[in-house]
Amino acid sequence: MNTILFIIQKEFKQIFRNKGMLPIIFVMPLIQLIILSNAATFDVKNIKFGYVNHDHTSTSRALIEKFNASTYFNVLTNFPSEKLASQAMLNGEVDVVLEIPSYFERDFQKEKRSALGVTINAIDGAAAGIENVYVTQIIQSFNKDLKVNVSQYGQKQNQPIQITTIPSFWYNKTLNYKTFMVPGILVLLVTMITLFLSGMNIVREKEIGTLEQINVTPIKKSQFIIGKLFPFLVLGLAILSVGLLIAKLVFNVPMVGSLLLMYFYTSIYILVVLGIGLFISNYTDTQQQAMFIAWFFMVIFILMSGLFTPIESMPKWAQTITDFNPIKYFVEVLRMVMLKGSGFVDILPQLLKTLVFAIIMNGLAVWSYKKTN
Amino acid sequence: MEKNKVIQVEGLTKNFGDFTAVNAITFDVKKGEIFGFLGANGAGKTTAMKMLIGISNPSSGKANVAGFDVQTEAEEIKKNIGYMSQKFALYDDLTVKENITFFGGIYGLSRKKIKEKSTLLIEELGLEKVANSLVGSLPLGWKQKISFSVSLIHDPKIVFLDEPTGGVDPITRRQFWELIYKAAHQGTTVFVTTHYMDEAEYCDRVSIMVNGKIEALDTPKKLKEQFNAEDMNDVFLKLARG
Repeated sequence: MNTILFIIQKEFKQIFRNKGMLPIIFVMPLIQLIILSNAATFDVKNIKFGYVNHDHTSTSRALIEKFNASTYFNVLTNFPSEKLASQAMLNGEVDVVLEIPSYFERDFQKEKRSALGVTINAIDGAAAGIENVYVTQIIQSFNKDLKVNVSQYGQKQNQPIQITTIPSFWYNKTLNYKTFMVPGILVLLVTMITLFLSGMNIVREKEIGTLEQINVTPIKKSQFIIGKLFPFLVLGLAILSVGLLIAKLVFNVPMVGSLLLMYFYTSIYILVVLGIGLFISNYTDTQQQAMFIAWFFMVIFILMSGLFTPIESMPKWAQTITDFNPIKYFVEVLRMVMLKGSGFVDILPQLLKTLVFAIIMNGLAVWSYKKTN
Repeated sequence: MEKNKVIQVEGLTKNFGDFTAVNAITFDVKKGEIFGFLGANGAGKTTAMKMLIGISNPSSGKANVAGFDVQTEAEEIKKNIGYMSQKFALYDDLTVKENITFFGGIYGLSRKKIKEKSTLLIEELGLEKVANSLVGSLPLGWKQKISFSVSLIHDPKIVFLDEPTGGVDPITRRQFWELIYKAAHQGTTVFVTTHYMDEAEYCDRVSIMVNGKIEALDTPKKLKEQFNAEDMNDVFLKLARG
């Protein structure tokens, strides 16, 4: 235990003494957070679509068929009640819910107008906006078809038939795109800094020869690794704190959920990243090599995280790969906790997966660190 | 193990693929001895030393250091030895005191003990003025002396020095050897590699490695007689040239 403290003390001294590094650690991420959160943009496909049909008539079925035929929507789910639909949306199983009221067909034919309810999960504000447009387009086209049908029945139809949708966006009411991006970018920054710093740390000691000096001491591998990890864990959490502050003060991102939960999950997540970093460190001989390998992982993690491209739009095999991407879970958790106010039980699946990754990666890091060659 | 032999090596070999860096070397080192381990560049000195200090696994052969087997008890050996690498291996971005504290700490010394040791060490080396300066800002000769003292911080039975005086001026080299003598006088066994043949004369016994094998091993005096040479330089040239 005492030995670990000596290592931690030394690492912190080195971090804070490095006048070039400290600003990079803190200022660079903030600039990125501010620029990237304002810059990135989206496309939406494979929308998970559900409906509640209270009408059960040929008209309502024709409308649903219309959605079924669309390439944008898939996974049609029929919910028996609004309550179940809401539950499904909370669980993230469905993105858009269409509610067809009772007497939809009757009202439509009698009064020449009828109302439909559309609920859209708007955590991803940009996606929700696009989904809304798609829904409107399909209903309008349905409207036109119906007009033709109606006129074919020989009833004179002069007035346009009006069906209006009233969307209600959940979890991100104003469709603020930044509300969605900020937590995601923050995830990237925490990951990047901790991965690069830990990835290059042991290699640096290899380069300057101090690692050999440490290897001839009776220090235990686990003591050394824990002593090395801990300072970066603290650093990662410090970056998260600064990031959250910016999110609140600059972007006014709502923070509905528990901060404690966010820090708890982030700590476990950072352990995964540090494990990967140390693992890279053990298999490289120069900081340059370590940097390249860290970038390799970073790029795959970022692009397959669902941050910039929705995972739902990826081919099946790629979606399988994303299951092994820790960033994906961190993005999900941070958005869920910050925007939806999800609790411990809600993030449990992500938490458990992350914990498994942490155990595996750190196990590998300790195993692959060899004091004797 | 015989009581007065702190290092016993028998047929120790290290292969890197087809290349045999250390070829079945056999020797032993007595307690309190200054043992010179000479050889040309690439003769296999550093590789042999790395096996003895437990950071490189031998391909074959046996070695016993401070009473422990290098293959199976490397971590026990590490408690009993000090090591100073040919590459300066203290932290440039830490001060003299911080370096001492760190290495004392990972050898498991208590804070109190570390404090005592570091005061004593700084006093002995006359480094009071630079105790709180970054090691990186000090001249190489000073760094080497600090490095040597740090390798002795846990009072090891044996200290391994890999070309400790490389690139250092003659005066500092002289001072360095005074430190080595002092350590030996206090009972520490010193295992040292060097390229300076005048330094070889300071050793109690000297071995000379050529192409992975130990070609000669005796006191400097006897070696000179054996090879009919004026000084160690001559002995070395006769051997190394084959």
